[in-house]
Amino acid sequence: MRKLLRTIFLIDLIEGLWVTFHYQHPKYRCTEQYPAERPKVAERYRGAPRLNTNPETGETLCIACNLCALACPEKLIVVSSERNEKTRRKELTTFTFDTSRCMFCGLCEDACPVDALELTQDFELASYSREGAIWDRQMLEEGPRPTKYKF
Amino acid sequence: MADTFLDSTELVLNMGPQHPSTHGVLRVIVKLDGERVIGTECVIGYLHRGVEKIGENRTYQQFAPYVDRMDYVASVSNGLGYCLAVEKLIGVEVPPRAQAVRVILTELNRIASHLVWLGTHALDVGALTPLFYTFREREDILNIYEKYCGARLTTHAFRIGGLQYELYEGFEDEVRAVCDTILPKIDEYEQLLTGNRIWVGRLKGVGILTAEECKQYGVTGPMLRAAGVKWDLRKAQPYSGYEQYDFEIPVGQNGDTFDRYIVRLEEMRQSVRIIRQAVDRIPDGPIMGKVPKVIKPPVGEVYVSIEAPKGELGYYIVSDGSTQPYRVRVRPPSFVNLQALDKMARGALVADLVAIIGTIDIVLGEVDR
Repeated sequence: MRKLLRTIFLIDLIEGLWVTFHYQHPKYRCTEQYPAERPKVAERYRGAPRLNTNPETGETLCIACNLCALACPEKLIVVSSERNEKTRRKELTTFTFDTSRCMFCGLCEDACPVDALELTQDFELASYSREGAIWDRQMLEEGPRPTKYKF
Repeated sequence: MADTFLDSTELVLNMGPQHPSTHGVLRVIVKLDGERVIGTECVIGYLHRGVEKIGENRTYQQFAPYVDRMDYVASVSNGLGYCLAVEKLIGVEVPPRAQAVRVILTELNRIASHLVWLGTHALDVGALTPLFYTFREREDILNIYEKYCGARLTTHAFRIGGLQYELYEGFEDEVRAVCDTILPKIDEYEQLLTGNRIWVGRLKGVGILTAEECKQYGVTGPMLRAAGVKWDLRKAQPYSGYEQYDFEIPVGQNGDTFDRYIVRLEEMRQSVRIIRQAVDRIPDGPIMGKVPKVIKPPVGEVYVSIEAPKGELGYYIVSDGSTQPYRVRVRPPSFVNLQALDKMARGALVADLVAIIGTIDIVLGEVDR
């Protein structure tokens, strides 16, 4: 009898619809209005790579040890260095990082012994060409500059 | 004679690979007699990336990010299976703290995976609303992953021998908060779906697979449990310290699509139970075992399987003594479970085929690898 009444008065459907309707209140809104509202990503987020420099002198922290290139599963990092005749030390000349092949696994930053290479919180990596996705040393040190939209 | 007129009784139809309810790029060739399915054939491989072959050309540590990309809905479980296999191969003991964190993260992943399954399955069957709610709840879990390891989907959270990242501040509280919010939300999904006459009518008695058939096909996971077999690798062969936690194995009776839905919802509740126990007693100590920088396992082979959200996920690794595996073979649960599609679909209606594909919970990244 009760089951019959439930069927006739569509109680089972109304129960479900009640759940839907009580979420109509604006306080339950959870859509993020990107790009007007930019997400705040976590501190450990693995995004755009960056080659850190010494903030005082502007010199690179990289010691050109090539460990990141060896750790990379996709072999997309190319490090080249030159031996300085005076100080007898290896100095970094070029550093390329192909972000189009990168899967942001974080193995390169784990491998870095001096915390020079780091995956940062920048996540907007789109570019107009394939070549634009290959970052050279200057780009890695200065970071990407995504267009800031105004609303 | 009318049914043989112009030979119109049998119709061969392609479903997929772009069909939205094939959960990716599965192509099913369906033979129809009117509305009835009289046979199906799956064509797979549209998402084949050669992950097993890639494994032969990478070192053991380097291959770990790739396994996340097989079952991308449950990437943490994939990572756990691979790490356990390599750890068994090189004989490394994982510290208890790392084990507890692994359990928490994989169980959160099970909830996230089942939430995706519930949302998409309901969407296939015709209930649009649960998709938005399940993805909203999944967001909380993904935020925990993002804060813990820096990625949301393909996490690469575990390393061979333990963990790379120490827990962040407030991890325990956030996990507890997720546990507290998810339980009433699961009840809400039940309110939306379980009593709903359309949902019940679409799912009850559809795609029945008995326990005997499940064993014959090698079907594992919630599909096997829905048929009434109490088999869960977390209980049967405990790994990563699962023997310390107290939880039940939910089982169904009929082995139909509705039972699988009930079993998966109950599994989410049990996962919450495991997480609550684990998060209350995360031991102190190191998070990384004694793993050499260059992993060079002895010659040999190993097979380790874990209970992934979709079923038994196994890794079979053969080592030839070098730094790279000689062969990595993955036993993906979706691939094996998909074999039972033909058995379940025979005699069903075309509209039920969508529900049956949804209930297997396939991820094509894992089927095709």
